[in-house]
Amino acid sequence: MIKNSEYRRHTAKMLRKITRNWELYLFMLPVVLLLFLFHYMPIYGVQIAFREYKSFRGIWGSQWVGLKHFQRFTNLNMFPKLMRNTILLSVYQLLAGFPLPILLALALNACAAPRFKRIVQTVTYAPHFISMVVIVGMLNLFFAPSTGIIAILLRKINLLNGNLTTLMSASSFRHLYVWSGIWSGLGWNSIVYLSALSGVDPYLHEAAIVDGATKLQRCRHIDLPCIAPTIVILLILRMGNMVDIGFQKAYLMQNSMNLDVSEVLSTYVYKQGLQNAQYSYSTAVNLFNSVINFFLLISVNAFSRKVSEMSLW
Amino acid sequence: MANHTKIRRIRSDLIFDITVNAILALLLLIVAYPLWFVIIASVSDPTAVSFGKVIVWPVGFSLEGYKEVVNYPSIWRSYLNTIIYTLCDVGLTTVVTVMAGYALSRRDFVGKKLFVIYMTITMFFSGGLIPTYLTVRSLGLMDKWPIVFLLGCVSVRNIVIVRTFIQSNIPESLVEAAFLDGCSHTKFLLWVVVPLSLPVISVIALFSAVGQWNSWFNAMIYLRDENMMPLQIVLRNLLVNQTAMMRDVLETGGNNDLAQAQKALSMKYALIIVATLPIMCVYPFLQRFFVKGMTMGSIKG
Repeated sequence: MIKNSEYRRHTAKMLRKITRNWELYLFMLPVVLLLFLFHYMPIYGVQIAFREYKSFRGIWGSQWVGLKHFQRFTNLNMFPKLMRNTILLSVYQLLAGFPLPILLALALNACAAPRFKRIVQTVTYAPHFISMVVIVGMLNLFFAPSTGIIAILLRKINLLNGNLTTLMSASSFRHLYVWSGIWSGLGWNSIVYLSALSGVDPYLHEAAIVDGATKLQRCRHIDLPCIAPTIVILLILRMGNMVDIGFQKAYLMQNSMNLDVSEVLSTYVYKQGLQNAQYSYSTAVNLFNSVINFFLLISVNAFSRKVSEMSLW
Repeated sequence: MANHTKIRRIRSDLIFDITVNAILALLLLIVAYPLWFVIIASVSDPTAVSFGKVIVWPVGFSLEGYKEVVNYPSIWRSYLNTIIYTLCDVGLTTVVTVMAGYALSRRDFVGKKLFVIYMTITMFFSGGLIPTYLTVRSLGLMDKWPIVFLLGCVSVRNIVIVRTFIQSNIPESLVEAAFLDGCSHTKFLLWVVVPLSLPVISVIALFSAVGQWNSWFNAMIYLRDENMMPLQIVLRNLLVNQTAMMRDVLETGGNNDLAQAQKALSMKYALIIVATLPIMCVYPFLQRFFVKGMTMGSIKG
């Protein structure tokens, strides 16, 4: 009896809180609605990966076909090549692109001239805000066969006669892709490390100076260990996205000559899905990709927890 | 003996300093030169650019490229489109984000946890390209211009940033005092929270503006009408389209059109400048804020 009245009082209090705060629910409404329309409805639609989707039948009316599309994809002649292209590109990107921002952050941190430091920061952060279209456009201009600045400079130092074929050759696609990415992301990616470095306890440095440590020794034995957790966490995150090459840049850089190496999973999904209107098949390929990434993230995280006792969760 | 080690230390430090500055100077040069080259190529004489005379400084000042850009028919239309899309995106994003961020910062908000879970799920799972496309189609939003900013205007990360900012910058006592005086949530949000949160709001507004300005993917997929295309799509057609590239190569081949091809080349450089100029104008503000923004984001989520 007492319990019941207490429960009732509690409910009344709760109701009062809800009615008093009715505006807050109104404030949440747009977010809830937009997420429902553009996130939850597509998530619900992922089931067409297991169906034979026909527009006029809708999602529920389309026939259930199980793993047919997944089997078709893994049996595809192109399957090994697609996986290879995607993985090679991301491994290359990771190996070449991961250490440089750390180097930049350490160098900026050690730089004794504040003005020079500011200039370097301002300039290196800037390319992050340039659009992907412009970056790829710049690549096309700079590496243009006869009039590009690269061809001109190479001719000046007698390393090239005739035309530059970089843009047309399949073998240079990966280099172009990765190094232009490094160019545009170098400064931006160093910010995280720089802010981690600003948290290094100055007493550590003072103590080291008293003990007669050189700057190099301080950089190696104080700065680097202090940002190690940040490095590991970012590495885990990056490795979790290993089989995920962003669509935009790969698509923009594709041409008929480099298609052999530039066709990655995301561009394949786009072409099959929207250009060939194979909705179910394309969704299945995309889902396959996401599942791989998910397991990759989990296993990298578990591995890191075992080895270094650092993990995301 | 002590003196000897000291000298060695000084020498080591000197080498270290030189190396550090050399690394920075090298990286600076590598990042800066392409940007600088675009600028000088855009204001140089078209002939000088295509013959490789322009390397360090502009040669034969000329605004031929900019003239071409101004005369290109679809540039203005798309420029205006992008400005409209960007303004809409910024408006919608900030309003939606601030409202949700405020609601989630309230302690006595019943059901807060449910909303948080609802939002967090979308950070880890997404439908992917095709299901999103089919959803947009079934909602009848194909070829309707608001779709270019509707899809991306809710960012859970931004909402969390705003919530954290409000929680740590607006004292609870102020809230209680306001409500004792009979202030409503709407009034409190408008007259107290928004003015006090201007730093974080401007960061979010600037970032969504830059994101929208640079985006082309949604427009490519969801829009058909040429008159609705944003600037980046026109840029793509002019700068990266393969057939356009091929045509230029062919044009350079024929003597008659040489001047035309040279003009087209310097137009591309001018186009890059014209398209990137607004971003470069807000860049100083961005730079002031974004280090802060990044660290704010890393507090939670």
